[in-house]
Amino acid sequence: MKNTVKAIVIAGYGTNCEREVAYACQLAGADVDIVHIAELLTGRVNLNDYHFLNLAGGFLDGDDLGSAKAGANRLLHAPVAGSADSLAEQLRQFIAAGKLVMGVCNGFQLLVKMGLLPAIDGNQQQTCTLTHNESGRFEDRWCQLTVDPDSPCVFTQGLSHLYFPVRHGEGKFVTAGDTVLQRLEELNLAVLKYADNQGQPTQTYPANPNGSVAAIAGICDQTGRLFGLMPHPEAYIHRTHHPRWTREELPEEGMGLLLYKNAVRFIQQELL
Amino acid sequence: MAWRIVVGLKKHVKDARGEKIRREINGHLNLSLTSVRTLDVYTVDAALSLDEVTQAAAGPFSDPVIQEYAVNQPLANSFDILIEVGYRPGVTDNTGRTAKEAIQYMTGRQFTAGEAVYTSTQYLLSGLTDKSVAEKIAKDFLANGLIQYWTILSDDELDPMVGVPVTVPKVVSDAAPAVRTLSLQISDDELLDISRMGMLALNLEEMHKIKEHISDPQIVAERQKVGLGAELTDVELEALAQTWSEHCKHKIFSARIEYEDETGQVQQIDSLFKTYIVGATSKVRENLGADDYCLSVFKDNAGVIEFDKDWSIVFKVETHNSPSALDPYGGALTGIVGVNRDGMGTGMGARLIFNTDVFCFASPFLEKELPPRLLHPRRIFEGVVEGVEHGGNKSGIPTINGSLVFDDRFAGKPLVYCGTAALMPRLLDGKPCHEKKVLVGDHIVMTGGRIGKDGIHGATFSSEELHEGSPVTAVQIGDPITQRKMFDFLIIARDRGLYNSITDNGAGGLSSSVGEMAEDTGGFELNLDRAPLKYPGLQPWEILISEAQERMTLAVPEDKLDAFIALAKEMDVEATDLGIFTDSGYFHCLYEGKTVSYLGMDFVHEGVPQLVIPAKWQPKELSEPDFAQPADLGQELRQLLSRLNICSKESVVRRYDHEVQAGTVIKPLLGVTNDGPSDAAVFRPLLDSFAGVVVSHGICPSYSDIDTYHMMACAIDEGLRNYVAVGGDIEHVAGLDNFCWCDPVESSKTPDGRYKAAQLVRANQALYDYCVAYGVPLISGKDSMKNDYQIGDNKISIPPTVLFSVIGKIADARKAVSMDVKRPGDLVYLLGKTADELGGSEYYAQHKELGRQVPHVDAQVALQRYRTLNKAQQQGIIASCHDLSDGGLGVALAESAFAGGFGMEIDLTRVDKDSDIREDKLLFSESQSRLLVTIHPQHKEDFERLFVNQSCRCIGQVIAASDLVIRGYQAQNLVQQPLQQLKQAWQAPLREM
Repeated sequence: MKNTVKAIVIAGYGTNCEREVAYACQLAGADVDIVHIAELLTGRVNLNDYHFLNLAGGFLDGDDLGSAKAGANRLLHAPVAGSADSLAEQLRQFIAAGKLVMGVCNGFQLLVKMGLLPAIDGNQQQTCTLTHNESGRFEDRWCQLTVDPDSPCVFTQGLSHLYFPVRHGEGKFVTAGDTVLQRLEELNLAVLKYADNQGQPTQTYPANPNGSVAAIAGICDQTGRLFGLMPHPEAYIHRTHHPRWTREELPEEGMGLLLYKNAVRFIQQELL
Repeated sequence: MAWRIVVGLKKHVKDARGEKIRREINGHLNLSLTSVRTLDVYTVDAALSLDEVTQAAAGPFSDPVIQEYAVNQPLANSFDILIEVGYRPGVTDNTGRTAKEAIQYMTGRQFTAGEAVYTSTQYLLSGLTDKSVAEKIAKDFLANGLIQYWTILSDDELDPMVGVPVTVPKVVSDAAPAVRTLSLQISDDELLDISRMGMLALNLEEMHKIKEHISDPQIVAERQKVGLGAELTDVELEALAQTWSEHCKHKIFSARIEYEDETGQVQQIDSLFKTYIVGATSKVRENLGADDYCLSVFKDNAGVIEFDKDWSIVFKVETHNSPSALDPYGGALTGIVGVNRDGMGTGMGARLIFNTDVFCFASPFLEKELPPRLLHPRRIFEGVVEGVEHGGNKSGIPTINGSLVFDDRFAGKPLVYCGTAALMPRLLDGKPCHEKKVLVGDHIVMTGGRIGKDGIHGATFSSEELHEGSPVTAVQIGDPITQRKMFDFLIIARDRGLYNSITDNGAGGLSSSVGEMAEDTGGFELNLDRAPLKYPGLQPWEILISEAQERMTLAVPEDKLDAFIALAKEMDVEATDLGIFTDSGYFHCLYEGKTVSYLGMDFVHEGVPQLVIPAKWQPKELSEPDFAQPADLGQELRQLLSRLNICSKESVVRRYDHEVQAGTVIKPLLGVTNDGPSDAAVFRPLLDSFAGVVVSHGICPSYSDIDTYHMMACAIDEGLRNYVAVGGDIEHVAGLDNFCWCDPVESSKTPDGRYKAAQLVRANQALYDYCVAYGVPLISGKDSMKNDYQIGDNKISIPPTVLFSVIGKIADARKAVSMDVKRPGDLVYLLGKTADELGGSEYYAQHKELGRQVPHVDAQVALQRYRTLNKAQQQGIIASCHDLSDGGLGVALAESAFAGGFGMEIDLTRVDKDSDIREDKLLFSESQSRLLVTIHPQHKEDFERLFVNQSCRCIGQVIAASDLVIRGYQAQNLVQQPLQQLKQAWQAPLREM
């Protein structure tokens, strides 16, 4: 069907959140497939048949070489049967076609370590990273996030603040130098920042759970179509996911769903 | 010559890992260092070019933004002492394995046999010059000598050209595989020597039984036909030792017990397991009749009950105590990934939905000197918590319920309980998914990890106390990712109908898994030489009983074999055809075509002689303490909140991902600032349904010092009380018992065996009585019976401990209730009467007393209360509900108040109580089955009508002010405490752990 938004969630090798990400896509109105990497490597499934790629949270290869490092290496080098292109090449074609990519947590780490985010002015050298939390430990904690209203990010259009859990040990966002940070800010690519109770970006633990520079929790590229974030939007798609749903009046629909709905709406308007 | 890549952070980047280690060295060893920095080392023992190695170093092994690397040169500089820690040969090195795969992807070439990557870590310490102190840091904190080696160099000893001398921890073995045979026509002493020296844990009677069997001329004649004779092979002896081990055969729970009670009456109990555990479940199921929701109990790796019309719930809880005592991290990690395999290996396989964990430790702040071979409880705490963290988080399974229980006797052996629930379809291709059957001719296929020497004798080792000779090979490190890949594969294989049966390889390895599966057909032929090995040099018996992790055994029909193997290959999972299931009647193993074991299946499985255990119950002479009511009960309350058994466990809970899979709707931490202590968890396993699984537990070893009967009753009640507090349906609930005992068999080592055995009997009697009274079927369980430490005269026995886990459902998770008070003006009710029952309580322990009056449970009264509470929850009139347990009413009030962020005014005269109970005892009594409820005033009438004729008293109200005010019998302010202070007292003790 021509008008169907087709979303793909990649699974396997330690990806853990594929089911809830797929469910969020489905609720947002997309037709979604969970596809094991093996299906891509055998060539039976091609990324380019989809509009919306989801790289979900998890621990690719156990994050043994540093978060998402071994996973990035696989995408860069593993051959796709019957094709000269690697998966990374398929991914570049996908991006070049103006399609949407959202990487959450381990998926964000993967995008950053492959140099696909922020890729300022098309530079696909890695310029940012996500490293060990200041605290030195994994933490599961809900965080207030403030959204840059001037960001080109298509996923956060119309949103001003969000509340999602972070669940990571390596979520501290760092740039290769001040220039990169400055460019991110100038171009409004630092979409999400950890915020205090007043909604202001903060460096104070635990509101900023990992010590990220400039409180950065999520970034996009200049097209706004590639988006990565450490907090988990798919973990808040219904009010019962909220840690205080038994004591607060909340809308039925969780805030996380809004990001997926924005993505689907954008695809319907721009890509179909 | 191996390549050596060192990776470290660039100069300006803060080393959070190093800083954490510096803090911990300070905490553990009280040593203050100025800095600790860390470097990762990859020793690449493979034929690669410098270009390739550099590409690996610059690519997958390092992060260009924050890291730098060196190849065959040191990176370490400006330090005082360097400690490098790496794994000993044969120890699982997950990062090394991933590094190897990364190089293979990069070069497009596979490593040849024997090529590998080994990882190690360099710690650069500053502010320390004494190498003997560094040795202590390495030994007592950074490394575990059982599995790791270390090298210590001062800065002037580091060669600037070469760096730390290269260590390649490759397993080198020139042992050719061989099968030894043993004549058992020897003396009793010699028979026992064989058992002891071989770490077989077989007693004399069992050795005799084997000797007798192998001496039977008819059996010898059968054996001669396959090339064996009147001597037993080592493969056979090892297989028998594993199968007959306490760990696998539960000989104590199956024993005949001669129980004498305090009146001198003697009762013969033929198997505690059959009499009380299976007995209780049969009775409950009979009472449930057509409403019976049990699907598979006691016969599989986990129990199975109905969830809804399309799905069923699988649940299992295991212990991994002995391995965790030796290597807390590896032991706990294998504990959690091991119990995950139980869920996957039940019926035709199930999708794992959550984990639970309960740990019993000595105080991490213990200051006394520990006897040899025991690790400090703080180290055990850290290691176990981290092991379960890695096991659960990396596997994508939320950890949603748990506890930490402290008693200094757990220094002798920590208890590490790991649970897993899973979800399976009621029907798979039209057949019940919780059933499976191997057919004659099915292939024996092993999937997942490879076999090494790791975990050899795990089953027999954990069937003994921890002693000087406890084997190093019992220690293993789990590999969550290999297992995750295998599970992804198995669920697809299941749904495609590619196998007939599945089970996990846990204790006893292939010997157990194949042996048990073959009971369906009555025999098997297993080719040990076909099994994939981690490294060469394993003997056939080692292949058979290795407990190397991440392996499942399947029965794959001939016509599905190719499809099964092909799917595995595609999904990067190893699967190997090892033989076939037969109806020969024999436990038949071959090595390179030659028979190496040929034992009758009946003898292997039924041959073990029944133990006879004497038990004599004599209640201890105990008395109630004699101390006056303290003047400041506010201070008493704060002290109680700071006790290790009561205080906040937030620092641990946050390290576990408790929300992955997006199902956790009553989370472990909740309340106005997301940090109050939940009673139980509610999990929605299906994203498009509001039906919830509810899980909780009860555990109260401190009552065992008075009477294990009441300890068991209280644990059951606590589990159920927590379960109903959040809204769990009391009519659809199951229990699971995990006994952890000290050796109850009388011997020279255990002179008080009769008493310990009687304690065991009494706990089982309570288990039967209360499960039947509550209508709760037991669906699975496990026992660990040798939780003692003994070296020389120094013996430490744990207090008898039972974890009673509870699982059930809530039809609509939106009706679930949390424990935090919701708004000022709400009325506070206490359900249940308070008696003078402080024996074994936290309050008495705070006053260094045990007492005598342990809480008693009245199941009839409690059951009526729980049912009524369920009704009130269904009507939506409960604002909050919190169970009363350790620390009684005082602690429950404080927790509910500070979790909700509002104060309370409470009047103790309104509490339903024993008439003459003292105020402090009323406040801190641990009488069971009580719940603290708040409701909005508009629901007062409806609520009170529901509880008419039950113990239900309005004892105060929620107030806007942030103080907890408790008025005493003379209307005086007995307690007036700002919530902030109470919360501070509750959060402080373990905040930094």
